[in-house]
Amino acid sequence: MEFFAGNYDVAVIGAGHAGIEAALAAARLGCRTVIFTITLDFVGNMPCNPSIGGTSKGHLVREIDALGGEMGKAADRNSIQTRMLNRGKGPAVHSLRAQIDRRHYSAYMKHCLETQEHLDLKQAEIVDLRRDGDDWLLVTKLDAVYTAKAVVLATGTFLNGKVYVGDKCYSSGPDGIFPAVGLTDALLKIGLPLRRFKTGTPSRVNRRSVDFSELEVQEGDEKPVPFSFETETPPENQAVCYISYTNERTKQVILENIDRSPLYGGKIEGIGPRYCPSIEDKIMRFSEKERHQLFIEPCGLDTEELYLQGMSSSLPEDVQLQFLRTIKGLEHVEVMRNAYAIEYDCVDPIAMKPTLEFKDFPLLYGAGQFNGSSGYEEAAAQGLVAGVNAALKVSGREPMILDRAGSYIGTLIDDLVTKGCNEPYRMMTSRSEYRLYLRQDNADIRLTAIGHDIGLISDERYEAFKKKLVQIAEERKRVENTVIAPSETADAVMIRSGTAPLTTGCKLAELIKRPQLGYELLTPLDKDRPALPDAVFEQVETELKYEGYIKRQMSQIADMRRLEVKLIPEDIDYHDVTGLRLEAAEKLARIRPVNIGQASRISGVSPADISVLLIYLSKKGK
Amino acid sequence: MSVIAAIATPNASGGIGVIRISGEGAIGVAESVFRAASGKKLGDLPGYSALYGHVYDGDERIDECVALVFRAPKSYTGEDVAELSCHGGLYVTQRVLRAVLAHGAVPAEAGEFTKRAFLNGKIDLAEAEAVMNIISAHGQQALNAAMNTLDGKLSEKVHAIASSLTHLSAAIAVWTDDPDEDVPEAHEENVRKGIEDALARLEELLRNFDSGRAVTQGVSAAICGHPNVGKSTLMNLLTGFDRSIVTDIAGTTRDVVEETVRIGDIVLRLADTAGIHDSDDPVESIGIDRSLQKIDSSELILAVFDSSQDLTQDDTLLLEKCRGKRAVAILNKTDLPPKLDPEIIRQSIPQLVSISAVTGEGIEELKSALSSVLGTAELDTSSGMLANERQYLCCQQAVSSLREALDGLTLGITLDAVNVSMDYAIQKLLELTGEKVRDAVVNEVFAEFCVGK
Repeated sequence: MEFFAGNYDVAVIGAGHAGIEAALAAARLGCRTVIFTITLDFVGNMPCNPSIGGTSKGHLVREIDALGGEMGKAADRNSIQTRMLNRGKGPAVHSLRAQIDRRHYSAYMKHCLETQEHLDLKQAEIVDLRRDGDDWLLVTKLDAVYTAKAVVLATGTFLNGKVYVGDKCYSSGPDGIFPAVGLTDALLKIGLPLRRFKTGTPSRVNRRSVDFSELEVQEGDEKPVPFSFETETPPENQAVCYISYTNERTKQVILENIDRSPLYGGKIEGIGPRYCPSIEDKIMRFSEKERHQLFIEPCGLDTEELYLQGMSSSLPEDVQLQFLRTIKGLEHVEVMRNAYAIEYDCVDPIAMKPTLEFKDFPLLYGAGQFNGSSGYEEAAAQGLVAGVNAALKVSGREPMILDRAGSYIGTLIDDLVTKGCNEPYRMMTSRSEYRLYLRQDNADIRLTAIGHDIGLISDERYEAFKKKLVQIAEERKRVENTVIAPSETADAVMIRSGTAPLTTGCKLAELIKRPQLGYELLTPLDKDRPALPDAVFEQVETELKYEGYIKRQMSQIADMRRLEVKLIPEDIDYHDVTGLRLEAAEKLARIRPVNIGQASRISGVSPADISVLLIYLSKKGK
Repeated sequence: MSVIAAIATPNASGGIGVIRISGEGAIGVAESVFRAASGKKLGDLPGYSALYGHVYDGDERIDECVALVFRAPKSYTGEDVAELSCHGGLYVTQRVLRAVLAHGAVPAEAGEFTKRAFLNGKIDLAEAEAVMNIISAHGQQALNAAMNTLDGKLSEKVHAIASSLTHLSAAIAVWTDDPDEDVPEAHEENVRKGIEDALARLEELLRNFDSGRAVTQGVSAAICGHPNVGKSTLMNLLTGFDRSIVTDIAGTTRDVVEETVRIGDIVLRLADTAGIHDSDDPVESIGIDRSLQKIDSSELILAVFDSSQDLTQDDTLLLEKCRGKRAVAILNKTDLPPKLDPEIIRQSIPQLVSISAVTGEGIEELKSALSSVLGTAELDTSSGMLANERQYLCCQQAVSSLREALDGLTLGITLDAVNVSMDYAIQKLLELTGEKVRDAVVNEVFAEFCVGK
């Protein structure tokens, strides 16, 4: 029998990376918040790779941090190896990546939720969700009924999860946890456009069974850098990764057994991501490739489980073992958990606004894999945005919409809600047209003020941030006014770096601009350099070196933002707009863009359609 | 709002051609192509005033011009507006437009002046719906026109260039986005080679644009020369060359008649002053004056001389006018004993043919002289060519982005920045072929590279 169990402002379904950020944000903004999870032992679980960050994902983590999210701090506290990727390939693609002790991470996040004021963490499976007057009504498997003003759906791969291994398939969440089976019907009854996506994970093997003697070692950075702008003590490297490769025999084993794959046998209907192919996919699609690389990554400090990145598979267990043992170092490998594919229900994100609220269902929000994305970082980013907006709306405040020009988070959400996705969406630097500006090093400059306005960034942190801005400005002024005179020392520096010696005095800023030079190399000539944090010098150097490019991006951004501020009323009837082409009217009616900028990014909407729309809007406005 | 520009007069020859420039900074853009005879600056003028002078493309004088200045909000669009009124003729107006676009204006979308006028409250509310319909119709028309002019060959060509750049960009993207993966390093030398190759192909398209127009749209040509030199006979001979496609277009002014003639691959729009038809006009110099005026606004001059007579004063004047222009000297009346020294003429007009307009002798030589002067000799017209200014501008913007990418490589700028310039070029090229661009590189990464866990 149903019984009333509690009333909240915001309820979050799912305590994965999206749910955690959503719940923390809402509670930190003062909303009475509850977060439900199927099991308390897997809060913030990493059922796939034991790492956070990487190209563009590292950017997302820094942005989450700048807005007051938790992921960056949690990663810093539980990281066992960090590397800044792409050093030497340019500041836009520098990306931080950390190996994480997944159990410690989970414990940290659980404790974080437990200690958060205004937040209740509960183990319960939500099986029904329905509207009751102004409230949402959430019913658990045990008939407990909760009411909430706003709900965030962050069900990850649990929703109607189904695991595939060879010809075996069974209902399950990731890592052998129970799936969420009741909620799908409730969501369909509400009218959400659900569909099925697929993802997969490789085997975990016992360290004792791996022969590392001939494998390539991958060490962490000598000088680790944290994700969070607030982390003062950088993490230490405590583990290494190893690299090995598949070979001709691996390929042979897979090809001989390809008909036993559920994917190639036609059993899986869900759409898998192209960028995260199983090893059998790689071998089928890139048959000319002689070998495929795999990384052997530790899952934590107090476990012997190793993760085999690159070897995700849904082939039968016996085939998995057979092909793994063809690989150098894994000849005698013992598998602890087999690889599997998992299929789950998710929603078509076109049904959502850039606030991640459903257009047709006020105060219902979605985040993470439920929205069709993939990856812990993508999930956390959306969780933060959904949680913040749920809290803002409940409190009667204006929503937070992050635009493409200001963040990867904004780009991610704009892509999802404007273009939709046909496969799990992964962030990539090439997805951002403004990527020279959207760097991981300036995430704080781009977003701290927004985080402070919302109320997730403390006054203290905001003051420290403003001080950093002043330092950057003053240092910039200093290098632009400091002249370096020709000298023997100067000649030596220039010649050593392969650039022209000075013939007359030259501004320090001009020297920093030279691609061959930089702060570090110019130290012997820059006698009056003030003692400032490295991050300040890094900003000044990047700003100077890429000045022309950044200026152009800023002017593109200014153009773009002019259209973003022209809002389209929610009740617009596109078929009533004289002169709008039918194709455009239909596309616009389906996507229902919030502003002219978003409308102009819809494929099939031409500049002439936008003009017609602008005129219609200003006519209505009068 | 950006500064927009377009030809505001009907897209036909004759009369006056007006290039309208609108937006904040429009007068500055006009200033950069216009020099007043008085030395005054357009920027110093109040609204509703004008200056007489010339339009320039760099240091080259294109045409005489009257520049009008309107100050916001008192203009058609409600913004700062400059209007450059030149002699008519498609060629001259388009050259002026191109110069304006090169100085920071962007081509106006269909109906954009009207749209801005509306948004700035210059058009009555009652007119709004009509305006929307017009824009919509223009938009559809432009779309259709783009489809029609985008012949398969050009689309193929541009697409091929865009694909090779996309592939290159994807290689850089995957190399940076998946640094731990076993993917080939994006070597700077490969990137440079790829960009240089694309540049060469795009520059060829740009070069062929003008010659291509001679084929697709025709070249305005003026037949000049003093009376009785045989201009009318030449005109008749040329128009009789392929009677079936000759049309008569009366210009907006009664005294100019154009006839369109196909000679081999080339379409010539032959302009003849009325004065030439009135060859018994007692004031011969008037005819000459008109011919000389016509020289300024034509793309090609057919300067006709009487080889059986000595050079007259008018001839010398004509030669001077033709110096440095695209011109063919035609020594007529080879059926009579020669008196004129062709070398004197060659000093001003290197391209010279002798014909007899009466017998038709030398007409083949004239044809090949035209080809070589217009650059259509080496042009393979079936290979796909840019068809309009918009396509030309897209192509040009792609070229300048690629040059920037090359400069970046030379300076040692990292590939992440170089790749942004390349992406911009790809975007412009796909804009030209009408494809949506944003996912091109991302899709290429997935299709071509094996990445992921």
